[in-house]
Amino acid sequence: MMHWINIVVQGGLIGGLYALMAIGLSLSFGIMRLVNIAHGDLTVMSAFIALAIAAWLGAGSLLILPLAIVAMALLGYALQRVLLNRVLGTDLLPPLLVTFGLSIIIQNGLLEIFSADTRILPSGSLVTDSISVAGGLQVGVLPLLTFVVALGVFALLQALFSWTRLGRTFRAAADDPQTVKLMGVDNRHVYALAMGLAMAVTAIGGYFFVLSTTVGPAEGGARLIYAFEAVIIGGLGSLWGTLIGAMVLGIAQSLALQINPGWGILGGHLAFLLILMFRPQGLFPVAKHH
Amino acid sequence: MNLLETKRLAAFYGDFQALYGVDVRLDEGETLAIIGANGAGKTTLLRTLCGMIPAREAQQVYFRGKPVGRLPAHELTAMGIAMIPEGRKLFPSLNVEENLLMGAYVRRPGPWTLETVYRMFPVLETFRARPATLLSGGQQQMVAIGRALMSNPAVLLCDEISLGLAPVIVKEVYKAIPAIRDQGVSLILVEQDIHQALAVSNRMICLCEGRVVLEGPADAYTQDQIANAYFGVKKP
Repeated sequence: MMHWINIVVQGGLIGGLYALMAIGLSLSFGIMRLVNIAHGDLTVMSAFIALAIAAWLGAGSLLILPLAIVAMALLGYALQRVLLNRVLGTDLLPPLLVTFGLSIIIQNGLLEIFSADTRILPSGSLVTDSISVAGGLQVGVLPLLTFVVALGVFALLQALFSWTRLGRTFRAAADDPQTVKLMGVDNRHVYALAMGLAMAVTAIGGYFFVLSTTVGPAEGGARLIYAFEAVIIGGLGSLWGTLIGAMVLGIAQSLALQINPGWGILGGHLAFLLILMFRPQGLFPVAKHH
Repeated sequence: MNLLETKRLAAFYGDFQALYGVDVRLDEGETLAIIGANGAGKTTLLRTLCGMIPAREAQQVYFRGKPVGRLPAHELTAMGIAMIPEGRKLFPSLNVEENLLMGAYVRRPGPWTLETVYRMFPVLETFRARPATLLSGGQQQMVAIGRALMSNPAVLLCDEISLGLAPVIVKEVYKAIPAIRDQGVSLILVEQDIHQALAVSNRMICLCEGRVVLEGPADAYTQDQIANAYFGVKKP
């Protein structure tokens, strides 16, 4: 029994990492109806940006994460303002095609600059340290830390959306991109801020990703699929749903991994398919009052 | 002084021309009624004035003497042109107060604040935390009016604010117009319901098939003259 509880807890904690890497996708879809195919590659890119900063400042520097966040936020703003705003409209296809192209460009760019080697951000014993919780439960320090950070990030996002002028503007722009212009809102700027925010959070995900495991330039595709699955399982447009969805994904993967060491990823996909079959709107769909 | 003015304004939806050289002017402090049948070009005219549809040339629309025909909607709102869109278009995931606060996005100083809007429509304060689109039609229209006022506009464009409301509710909503005008706001009212609009206006314009067919003081014409112009039967 303890064995299975342990597996569920580990899986749930992995969900924290998945959630950090998924929420950016959820934000860009929720606010500007942009399906960002390049999201996984942007996640991997933020991991490599963290690695590059570490190579410059030393792997132990506390500045790696803040600098990576700032770099990705600026990049996100510029990306939306210069490129993605031009293809947004009633048709979903142009942004799909453009971000698909962007995905290929980023992947090959990373390959060109950093080679195909997989790398990890050294963090001393943080990766292997664990603490004992009640009843012989062992929890890794890094997964726990990642999960706590994810909770904090989600709480901050919730506060931003509920209580700030910017958050209100994001919600209004998501509701009605035309009418929001009549309020004096410049959509191009607000969308760029939203993408900047999405990429800032993605940078946090990329940082903990490369801290916990080795990352190679070709991994964007898998990251994208996990992010999609977390968002869809949780329910499109639901902030906390994405966290729960990511935890469901993590738990399904670690359960399947117990049954057969080769089935981990398959287990996640199966959980996703089951949700699609029996609850296609996701676990926590956002109800809108129309 | 002319606050807002169009000069030979033409507007198109793709190949379809909706306005053919329309000249409209709105003076400071004035309330102008624009009437006309469905498809006469009333909404198109308002959407051009607020920047949702760009005019062919900047010189076709003037605001305070400046050509603004090509400016986007958000810049015109910041300059003081607010619009109450047809069908209210409240933000469904925002509550009443948040909808009103969206109107204050441009942070123009002036008499309209949450407090003064709640004083004009006390019922909105009661329902301030409710999702805006769960209110009744009349209350939703009050939110839409309040939201537009929160930008402290010089010009308020009202697109069919009586649409879909019961007559008694229309009367209640229209009671707000004199109070708004007293705060120095100039208004353009677009309506299919002629009587209500003419009763609160100084001047009127009748559009028919994208052209101005009748223009003058709100009480200058008889019922028949207006009806003829409205339906394009013959020029009076």
